[in-house]
Amino acid sequence: MITAQLDGILPVNPSPELTERKWWDYFTFNTDHKVIGIQYLVTSFLFYLVGGALATAVRKELSTPEVDFVSRELYNSLFTMHATVMIFLWIVPAANGAFGNFLLPLMIGARDMAFPRLNAIAFWLIPPGGILLMSSFLVGAPASGWTSYPPLSLMNGKWGELIWILSLLILGTSSILGAVNFITTLLLMRRPGIGLNNMPLFCWAMLSSSALVLISTPVLAGALILLCFDLIGGTSFFNPTGGGDPIVYQHMFWFYSHPAVYIMILPVFGLVSEILPVHARKPIFGYQAIAYSSLAISFLGLIVWAHHMFTSGVPGWLRMFFMVATMVIAVPTGIKVFSWVATVWGGKLRLNSGMLFAMGFVSMFVIGGLSGVMLASAPFDIHVHDTYFVVAHLHYVLFGGSVFGLYAAIYHWFPKMTGRMINETWGKVHFVLTLVGFNLCFLPMHKVGLAGMPRRVAEYDPQFAAINLICSIGAYLLAVSTIPFVINAVYSWVRGPKAGANPWNAISPEWQTLSPPPIENYLGEPPFVPDPYDYGKDYNPGKRPMSQVKAADLWR
Amino acid sequence: MNIPTNIATLIVGVLVTLISFWVGQHHGLLPVAASVNAPLIDGLFDTMITLSVGLFLLVQGALIFALFKFRKPKDDETDGPPWKENLPLEILWTGIPAIIVLGLSVYSFEVYNSIGGLEELAMQAHHHSMKGAAIAAPLNSTSQSSPTEPRLATIGFTAPANVKGTGVTVDVTGLQYAWIFNYPDSGITSGELHLPVGQDVQLKIKAMDVLHAFWVPQFRLKQDAIPGRETELWFKPTVIGTYPIVCAELCGSFHGAMRSQVIIEPQSDYDAWVQQQLADSAPSDHPTIASAGQSQSAETRLAPRLAEMGISELTLAQVHPHHDG
Repeated sequence: MITAQLDGILPVNPSPELTERKWWDYFTFNTDHKVIGIQYLVTSFLFYLVGGALATAVRKELSTPEVDFVSRELYNSLFTMHATVMIFLWIVPAANGAFGNFLLPLMIGARDMAFPRLNAIAFWLIPPGGILLMSSFLVGAPASGWTSYPPLSLMNGKWGELIWILSLLILGTSSILGAVNFITTLLLMRRPGIGLNNMPLFCWAMLSSSALVLISTPVLAGALILLCFDLIGGTSFFNPTGGGDPIVYQHMFWFYSHPAVYIMILPVFGLVSEILPVHARKPIFGYQAIAYSSLAISFLGLIVWAHHMFTSGVPGWLRMFFMVATMVIAVPTGIKVFSWVATVWGGKLRLNSGMLFAMGFVSMFVIGGLSGVMLASAPFDIHVHDTYFVVAHLHYVLFGGSVFGLYAAIYHWFPKMTGRMINETWGKVHFVLTLVGFNLCFLPMHKVGLAGMPRRVAEYDPQFAAINLICSIGAYLLAVSTIPFVINAVYSWVRGPKAGANPWNAISPEWQTLSPPPIENYLGEPPFVPDPYDYGKDYNPGKRPMSQVKAADLWR
Repeated sequence: MNIPTNIATLIVGVLVTLISFWVGQHHGLLPVAASVNAPLIDGLFDTMITLSVGLFLLVQGALIFALFKFRKPKDDETDGPPWKENLPLEILWTGIPAIIVLGLSVYSFEVYNSIGGLEELAMQAHHHSMKGAAIAAPLNSTSQSSPTEPRLATIGFTAPANVKGTGVTVDVTGLQYAWIFNYPDSGITSGELHLPVGQDVQLKIKAMDVLHAFWVPQFRLKQDAIPGRETELWFKPTVIGTYPIVCAELCGSFHGAMRSQVIIEPQSDYDAWVQQQLADSAPSDHPTIASAGQSQSAETRLAPRLAEMGISELTLAQVHPHHDG
């Protein structure tokens, strides 16, 4: 049934050297965007396991109110490294580097990225950056939180802090190189006939996210370099004992780090916008609204950073400006959420693992979005800033949001990336364990935060002991939930049943080629897909099966 | 019996509204509200909880309903309906959230203004004239604060102009890993904050070393203590009791242990405490000895905690203001 769609696209017997990668290609400086995408994905997933182990250690310590598992100093290093690894080595490279690289050229009908060598360089900065960061455990890991506010960051161990700064500069450089590549590719390398408004929505999301990377990451680099001078050169940019101003660092840091949230979530918005229509068998609802709301979020994301500083050294009137700007972000975000619900509504849902994770994403992200609006309100934020309420909120956005979306994407594109199907039963086990573990871990945190538990503490008021124990049990469950996934993914990659070119009967262009795609992506001309969400052509319930539909019917 | 869709929708809408309002009033998530402004913030939170529960039920309900209702029938390989857009619907779900967040913005702004967050705007002119006076005055107290003077107008929550200077003023100093409270009117230095109920309280917050944040959950108030800058909090405690003072900004390895308490007591108990403190601090005719005596008393009280945290007596002595100057 799949060959029907690919008629006229594939030569009868393509020669293997045009289609197949050798396993060792993935360990080399390869310039193929698909190899680089998978390199990003596997590398970042390995760091996700490291970050998860750090989180489990943090939760082990917090399962009792006393300091009884690790020392206070090590505890501070654990949560600092957990956040740094999860942000800079897992979500940012996985959402942008992995899926951006693998999917964008396929989606716009290009043979590769605009700058293949730059692309490979961007990836190969990640392993050294990550290993450098981990090596800080040998000399005393950074312990000032991933925000690394001076003066504390200037007073903890010098070498750990220096290594943290250097590795973030390396990873930030990688991120910038990737963004340059994505924007250039999307603007200049689309197949003839594909305008911006024919692009799959993931392309719009990557445009918005990459613009943020280009505008904001250099500011973080500037802040880190100045911090480095204060640390080793004895300057006083941020050091109050020499007349410096620690608040300036906070402004520079959050000018990057708030947009960083959108760098981590916008691509995932795009991924979910791809996955839902395929398995709901319906067009995406409100294509243009979703596309332009990505741009709106990207712009607004640049002017809200000081909402992280409502209790810091920001005057009241400025707090009001940032409060209103932050609240406004709820509007484009709401448009997306409602459009996703409308996409699912009335469809014929194939509830496979990818779809379950995608719907789980919408459902968990809504909770993070609603608590986000609450946090935007300055007078309320004064109470909950730097408490477990914020910890709960950010994990609903970045785990319930980004990580659920990334899992959905892994399940959805696994057949395309590997050419094999992933086991559905174990996928569903993974989904249920993740959903239960996640909510058990993070939902109760709202409560303790509101009741008075600050974040980043190794010891806490015993009245919060019971709830923290529940959170820790949830965290252990989350740790366990990755086991079926890893085994399933590795086994299916090697032994899974062959997938064929288009196992989901999807319309978007990346499915109109072999799985895995040949080296030059398409054996003939890349297909012309004017509307990648054109489902519902055969909406005569029960009349004509999809397998009888010709490719020409689908693409008009 | 088949219930018509519009009636079903109406019933669901009424139910969602009722549940939202009920949860908004009965969530019980916040600790006791012990200051005059805390109920304002709680009202704001209740409103946001009500709205959030409503939206949550709407979206979550639609997703769960879809999960069961729109599951693909077995052997049906056809597509769903080709719905791509619906302009009135999209205007609705853009417009309603926009109105909600604008309303919340205005409400939040009002609350923020009433709790004193914007007082400094009204005081800008006043502050300018004070600057000149500060420069003219002899800078004889440099040892007590960091070398840099505050460069901006006071940040935090300021008392309304008509209560300025009345009530109790306390200088708060955060250091690794303790809070030191100094009452400039009486010269008392303490590791706990004692305050009379129903009085305006003004805290002037400083940090010795790194960032700290002064937080009393029951007052719904938090303000960072910033080295080289003075910040301010104003509040009026209304409920007698003992509440935790929590450091909310990561300040080092003992951050979690940097806790103290605020004791809100009747005026008579407070006065008794002040007298007791003054008696304890070995009054003397000689001001220098009196000052030293105060340091001694605070150090004695804090000694067990401080030794554990590695705070030297020298550091502690530095934070004690010299009122004889």
